[in-house]
Amino acid sequence: MTGPTAPKTTGETNAPPKIRLRGVRKRFGANVVLDGIDLDITAGESLVVIGGSGTGKSVLLKCVLGLLRPDEGSIEIDGEETVGLSGRARDRVNAHIGMLFQGAALFDSLPVWENVAFGLIQGRRGKREDARARAMACLDEVGLPDRVADLFPSEMSGGMQKRVGLARAIAAQPDIVFFDEPTTGLDPIMADVINDLIVATTKELGATALSITHDMASATKIGDRIAMLYKGKLIWVGAAKDVFDSGNAHVDQFVHGRADGPITQEAEAD
Amino acid sequence: MNVLAIVGRVFLTFLIQVGRLSIFTGRAVGHMVRPPFYPRLIGRQMVEIGYYSLPVVGLTTIFSGMVLALQSHTGFARFSAEGAVATVVVISITRELGPVLAGLMVAGRIGAAMAAEIGTMRVTEQIDALSTLSTNPFKYLVAPRLIAGVTMLPLLVLVGDVIGVFGGYLIGTTKLGFNPATYIARTAEFLEVIDVVSGLVKAAVFGFVIALMGCYHGYYSKGGAQGVGAATTNAVVSASILILILNYVITELFFAQ
Ligand SMILES: Nc1ncnc2c1ncn2[C@@H]1O[C@H](COP(=O)(O)OP(=O)(O)OP(=O)(O)O)[C@@H](O)[C@H]1O
Ligand SMILES: [Mg+2]
Repeated sequence: MTGPTAPKTTGETNAPPKIRLRGVRKRFGANVVLDGIDLDITAGESLVVIGGSGTGKSVLLKCVLGLLRPDEGSIEIDGEETVGLSGRARDRVNAHIGMLFQGAALFDSLPVWENVAFGLIQGRRGKREDARARAMACLDEVGLPDRVADLFPSEMSGGMQKRVGLARAIAAQPDIVFFDEPTTGLDPIMADVINDLIVATTKELGATALSITHDMASATKIGDRIAMLYKGKLIWVGAAKDVFDSGNAHVDQFVHGRADGPITQEAEAD
Repeated sequence: MNVLAIVGRVFLTFLIQVGRLSIFTGRAVGHMVRPPFYPRLIGRQMVEIGYYSLPVVGLTTIFSGMVLALQSHTGFARFSAEGAVATVVVISITRELGPVLAGLMVAGRIGAAMAAEIGTMRVTEQIDALSTLSTNPFKYLVAPRLIAGVTMLPLLVLVGDVIGVFGGYLIGTTKLGFNPATYIARTAEFLEVIDVVSGLVKAAVFGFVIALMGCYHGYYSKGGAQGVGAATTNAVVSASILILILNYVITELFFAQ
């Protein structure tokens, strides 16, 4: 078997990448989660990271967001080094980023509309009435009726919460959006609705998107490019249309969902 | 296993905890005294701590005042000093029982609630979501609770003092045969400002400690429902112990000669 191929970082134009990762490493105790990640994401592009459960996809996103601090490496956003930023400097960077969390992470003490408008009211200190109007527009965009605006998150189904999370992620019109497993736990139709929403909203915003998913239908639909994370490294990066015939045994096994292949054998050998 | 290694590890863990708590406290106080403030959130916490704790604090202090009057009467009767009951009640309540009992009660109510709420927000990534929405969790979650704790506990204790003294008055006048006017005069006669003030200072410190422990344990909770449960217990236990220790320290500072 050949070793993991070196990541092909495309987008080698002169414009600096929107997000640029170099040698990012992160471990928890003895558990090495990220082991040298190099990745460029160009402005306006949608990149999807795939990979097995527990391979560190969420950790990767959290490092870029500054919620976790990588042990080593550099993460640049718009050419600015963001590792180690905190306080106001970090807030300034994050003001350009919208994030949909894996579990939606809605504030359960606030009604839906305040959740969506949170970044506008608290982060930007806007007026509540203006923020509410913007929140209603966002809810409308993700296909939720006006009456949910005054519900609390606990009164809604998982799919509705995901959509509220999506509305919150795009409310402040960010130019970078992160989606952590946007379709997990949804029925296939709702999943497709969410995929369409992501494509529509990112295209509309002209935003750069970094998404995580296990769902290949979703990955090929929302991604321009796909990267596969395995054992702390990006073992394959390529155009979304090539993912089903990547020539990489690990990727093949993953995208076809086969039980037997290099991934299981190596996992058992650990 | 090597005993020294175990002792060393326990000691290191302890130091790490102390360091983490110190940093947390420093950051929390920094955000507590610097704008911007969140008046709505501060107000909500004040109502939660001040108003909704009134029944619990009122009940504990009134019965403490009553039992204090009964017990001191029996004691002082042995050397014919029953007249001192009113004075003993008011001094014990304002200096010690008011702040300590209110502190312990509020630690159970509010410390636990804060740890559970913030802990749940931690494990469901709501705290991470706050940061991504350019809102500092210390400013938004911790500072309002500390401000409310420090300001509301003294008020609560002041009300508790009055109710406790009233409890003593009830027993004194109905069971122990004091003349109401005499009892009130005796209560006021030997009471000094420092008695009440020291109690209120204690209350402010306890309010800070309760909110700090609730926020700290909630903020660092991990591991789902079990972790939140542990955080809640730790918040109440550590706040209660700290209240009793600090109660001694503050008394020493105020009254040691
Ligand atoms: N805060 C943390 N402390 C310790 N270990 C952590 C922490 N966060 C994540 N990990 C570990 O990092 C590894 C990767 O976790 P991560 O959540 O990134 O997985 P994932 O790829 O997102 O998986 P899934 O698809 O199931 O969401 C796991 O082994 C996990 O145990
Ligand atoms: Mg994940």
